[in-house]
Amino acid sequence: MSDNDIGQRVKKIVVEHLGVDDAKVTDEASFIDDLGADSLDTVELVMAFEEEFGCEIPDDAAEKIVTVKDAVNFIQEHAG
Amino acid sequence: MFDLSGKTALVTGATGGIGGEIARALHKQGATIGVSGTRKEKLDALAAELGERVHVLPCNLSEPEEVNQLVADAEKAMGGLDILINNAGLTRDTLAMRMKDDDWEKVLEVNLTAAFRLSRAAIKGMMKRKWGRIINISSVVAQTGNAGQANYISSKAGLIGLSKGLATEVASRNITVNCVAPGFIETAMTDALNDKQRAATLARVPAERLGTPGEIAACVAFLASEEAGYVTGHTLHANGGMAMV
Repeated sequence: MSDNDIGQRVKKIVVEHLGVDDAKVTDEASFIDDLGADSLDTVELVMAFEEEFGCEIPDDAAEKIVTVKDAVNFIQEHAG
Repeated sequence: MFDLSGKTALVTGATGGIGGEIARALHKQGATIGVSGTRKEKLDALAAELGERVHVLPCNLSEPEEVNQLVADAEKAMGGLDILINNAGLTRDTLAMRMKDDDWEKVLEVNLTAAFRLSRAAIKGMMKRKWGRIINISSVVAQTGNAGQANYISSKAGLIGLSKGLATEVASRNITVNCVAPGFIETAMTDALNDKQRAATLARVPAERLGTPGEIAACVAFLASEEAGYVTGHTLHANGGMAMV
């Protein structure tokens, strides 16, 4: 998977799930502070990432995924 | 009303008087059901009685590994889990001064902690499907108190707190979490009362009779239904007027 491909797929999930404008979903955007997610949304996003990329994101890692870039980086390192 | 066709439900403690009747009621409303408990032969007998749309899923709720596996097994057997009924419960009655740590821990583990673990596991799929019902079977004694049951009462009051906490978290995803709090119901638990105890119990019940398992199951069927979608974090009391709260 190319980095770009992962980034696009992550952003697509975020846009769909949070119902935000895709221009707002930058690499540095924080799910909670910038994109209006609540804590339950972040749990759902992690579940959606797990499903999309076929990887498991443990709770302690999930807590550290704050921005779009955090998610992309984790998936790059762990997706099969 | 209260049609559950196409829904899947897991009932713990389905070998007991109330649990068996809950399973029958949900099945009658059209749900596919998973029946759980420790006594497999009783579960098999219930499954044989009900026929199609029944899955037997034995589980010992005092074993965390088995508990954590039960929802996954139910989802696999039924293709998902829409409705979770945490009904299983046990008693180890004795005055608090005589109560051993083990009496306390065992009751809390099965009655409360297992309900939490199963709910935690079930919510994941419910969130994905944006629909879910969790119904915890509490007890009138959670409100009224009762001598010799500090452990049981704590677990049953804990279920009310658990329901409120979960209900708040998942309400926006179309998942409701409620309790049914039975009063004195005709089951093996109340069969154990002697005549004097039974008379003393009935003296406290304005309805002047014990409730039936079917009357508890009907409350559960309502809370499990589409129609009950706006009821959450609630405790539905079915106690013949014994405690009007």
